[in-house]
Amino acid sequence: MADYQTHEHDVLVIGAGGAGLRAAIEASAGGVSVGLVCKSLLGKAHTVMAEGGLAAALANVDDRDNWKVHFADTMRGGQYLNNWRMAQLHAQEAPARAHELEGWGAMFDRTPDGRILQRNFGGHRYPRLAHVGYRTGLEMIRTLQDHGIHQGIDVHMECTVVRLLKDGDRVVGAFGYERERGRFKLFKAKAIVLATGGIGRAYKITSNSWEYTADGHALAYEAGADLQDMEFIQFHPTGMVWPPSVRGILVTEGVRGEGGILKNSEGRRFMFDDIPDNYKSQTADNAEEGWRYVTGDKAARRPPELLTRDHVARCIMREVKAGRGSPHGGVYLDIAWIKEKLPNAAEHIKKKLPSMYHQFKQLADLDITKEPMEIGPTTHYVMGGVRVDGDSQMSTVSGLFAAGEVAAGLHGANRLGGNSLSDLIVFGKRAGEFAATYAKANRQGTVDGRQVDDIAKWALEPFERGAAAEGPYQVQYALQDMMQELVGIVRTEAEMQKALDGLRELKARAVKVGVGGHREYNPGWHSSLDLFNLLAISEAVARSALERRESRGGHFREDYPNKDAKAGTFNLVVRKGRDGEMELVQAPISEMPQELKDIIEANK
Amino acid sequence: MTMATFQIWRGDAKGGALKDYTTKVSDGMVVLDAVHQIQAEQANDLAVRWNCKAGKCGSCSAEVNGHPRLMCMTRLNQIDITKPVTIEPMRTFPSIKDLVTDVSWNFRAKKTITRFKPRTPDAPDGTWRMQQVDIERVQEFRKCIECFLCQDVCHVLRDHQLFDEFAGPRHMVYAAALEMNPIDTEDRVSDLKKAHGIGYCNITKCCTKVCPESITITDNAIIPLKERVVDQFYDPVRKLFRMFQP
Ligand SMILES: Cc1cc2nc3c(=O)[nH]c(=O)nc-3n(C[C@H](O)[C@H](O)[C@H](O)COP(=O)(O)OP(=O)(O)OC[C@H]3O[C@@H](n4cnc5c(N)ncnc54)[C@H](O)[C@@H]3O)c2cc1C
Ligand code: SF4
Ligand code: SF4
Ligand code: FES
Repeated sequence: MADYQTHEHDVLVIGAGGAGLRAAIEASAGGVSVGLVCKSLLGKAHTVMAEGGLAAALANVDDRDNWKVHFADTMRGGQYLNNWRMAQLHAQEAPARAHELEGWGAMFDRTPDGRILQRNFGGHRYPRLAHVGYRTGLEMIRTLQDHGIHQGIDVHMECTVVRLLKDGDRVVGAFGYERERGRFKLFKAKAIVLATGGIGRAYKITSNSWEYTADGHALAYEAGADLQDMEFIQFHPTGMVWPPSVRGILVTEGVRGEGGILKNSEGRRFMFDDIPDNYKSQTADNAEEGWRYVTGDKAARRPPELLTRDHVARCIMREVKAGRGSPHGGVYLDIAWIKEKLPNAAEHIKKKLPSMYHQFKQLADLDITKEPMEIGPTTHYVMGGVRVDGDSQMSTVSGLFAAGEVAAGLHGANRLGGNSLSDLIVFGKRAGEFAATYAKANRQGTVDGRQVDDIAKWALEPFERGAAAEGPYQVQYALQDMMQELVGIVRTEAEMQKALDGLRELKARAVKVGVGGHREYNPGWHSSLDLFNLLAISEAVARSALERRESRGGHFREDYPNKDAKAGTFNLVVRKGRDGEMELVQAPISEMPQELKDIIEANK
Repeated sequence: MTMATFQIWRGDAKGGALKDYTTKVSDGMVVLDAVHQIQAEQANDLAVRWNCKAGKCGSCSAEVNGHPRLMCMTRLNQIDITKPVTIEPMRTFPSIKDLVTDVSWNFRAKKTITRFKPRTPDAPDGTWRMQQVDIERVQEFRKCIECFLCQDVCHVLRDHQLFDEFAGPRHMVYAAALEMNPIDTEDRVSDLKKAHGIGYCNITKCCTKVCPESITITDNAIIPLKERVVDQFYDPVRKLFRMFQP
């Protein structure tokens, strides 16, 4: 094996968002040596962008709330494809994890009696989201970062892992490069936690950052781990649509939580037109009741704008397709209307939604206290990911753990807003804890030097082909356009078949991509390697979406528009077959214990 | 179609120069869009940091026409694009490549500030009680996205390169957030005076002017901290008291 800069850790955590930081802190507390790798600088991971809040049944604002209601809400939102064990642990442990953050310096907004304030969010029965204005993710990542830097964790910033290394069935290390000099790095570890986030960059219109190139999903897949639920992608109903350069940037659900309503070009509040049966009993049937709900009346039911994201996104698509959209292909989100209800509405909006006020003012020259916003769906979150054990977060590969957005299970077919930030700290902690335990029980494995050399050689191929070859960005844009068009919010068999053909062609282009320049901080090179992850995982999405012949949660088939009870009994699992081809199997969902069934029944 | 010319600094620690790129610009574009377009079409290896493209992560700091800004929040219609627009890296920090600088000093400096340590919880369930009014000023400081633009403009760092003596405005904001946290129990005043060199700040307020989060760095963080230093070190009664402290 050639000479690579080598680091040895008991536990290696890949990713420094909320999940990765929490895992690293916990593993370190378990008394093992911990390395933490991330593609960007510390504190810049995607988690920093989260806005609305962190869901935990603290019952500070409404004392009817408890973990059972949170559990039932999560399962209903996920259309019962969730890993029920994860949904249970998540609801039970989120409050303690939230309080722990406070002990590490987080400063959530307060109730009048000085406790953590909670706000309403789609799909949550009671006000449940602990928050800091609309910058909750920043608060979370900074708290974990500032705590984490004093825990003796070795941080490798701006370093990208390109492959996991195995010894037999077990994972024993990772191989990557650091961005600054472009040098390779070899990590040896007894256990690895993947916390790499999502895949949003496979789509053209997305709220996600450049980092979301499906790396962790692809690393796990290549290492032989099972992925599940890859057909379920959350399209957030409200992204900016105009001007073009900001298309996709998120408009927080909080706008609707504060009373914002959705209207079509005819001025009709179309969300009242289609309220799903299983939410009828919880949803307001007139505008007046909806307003009372957002102003805190506990007897009122929530307005239909706060139905789950999958549903709201589809209703918007329906309006646009029917020709009732706004000039730039969205619909209107109106918060300015509350001036009919409040004398000082403009001030109120600026105070409650300062970041949205500034975002539109700065990026779109629009005053949201005066005019409605133009919004449309944007790719936001992937429910699918690495299949893990609910308690330990270990994947189907020994020694490989996953937590946060890269893991699957908690959210089932659709995630509720706020359930990601809580996911990160609940399962980040668990993954760190069990990875440390695993590391203590196992020796350092053997790294296969030849395999490492092969990866290094592969990684440098784009330079050999040079700048004369096609560049990576063109292929990435082509992929994004295609996925947006053919495997987006509304799907059909024919389109997805076409997407699979398209993916084959794009793969052929990807292996011919070349870059110029040298290895020092060369984004073109990085993108050429990221492409392979995006392509592999896009295929997993398309294949799974083709196979699920029903509509449920984040997955909507125009050719199978209804839910199919039988399809509700399994998750789709994707893995790399022995022949190197992608293999797809149905994995039956295990029977839920009676006590959990009773909770769901009681909260219907 | 409108075209605009951008002069982007290309180079590394050994040196570099502005290089001209002409590209088409459209409605609503921000500087970062132009940089990305140039990167995709003309210079694949152009190095630039960014993450969120929404002013939330503080990665894309640079000097646009000489002004320290977040590139993702600087719209082209805010600047004159009939003339070439210069885009340079933050000049206070050592160059890595093109628009990317070595900001690692900031991470090291932060680590030297005494960490948060809360008082024992107020309630039996292990939680604290804080009033919103009491935490609002700390919340202002916690808006910081660590873009380091304030560090970039501060003359103590930029012109005098006193990295070993002065922690810089960002870390004054950080220390202020900890010092004014109602449940924190540590005392950082002595460190602020000595290790972190608060005395070097002569209140020019340049940092406040560039902060994209509109944190009133000088008035709300640095001046109150300076007052605490004065109270503790130069107040005669306090001084006497300290002499008798073990
Ligand atoms: C605009 C926006 C608003 C949101 N608001 C909310 C909200 O209010 N509430 C909520 O619950 N959720 C929200 N979400 C979702 C939530 O923010 C994310 O799901 C969550 O932050 C993901 O965290 P994570 O720890 O899994 O990954 P991330 O925070 O994305 O971190 C991933 C880490 O992995 C690293 N990484 C990736 N690939 C590699 C590699 N190959 N090698 C090395 N390192 C790698 C990255 O550098 C990064 O450090 C929001 C999302 C967006 C986009
Ligand atoms: S006010 Fe102080 S910290 Fe801010 S730029 Fe001026 S000298 Fe630097
Ligand atoms: S205080 Fe303001 S300018 Fe300084 S790093 Fe923080 S956000 Fe940036
Ligand atoms: S890219 Fe995040 S602040 Fe500009």
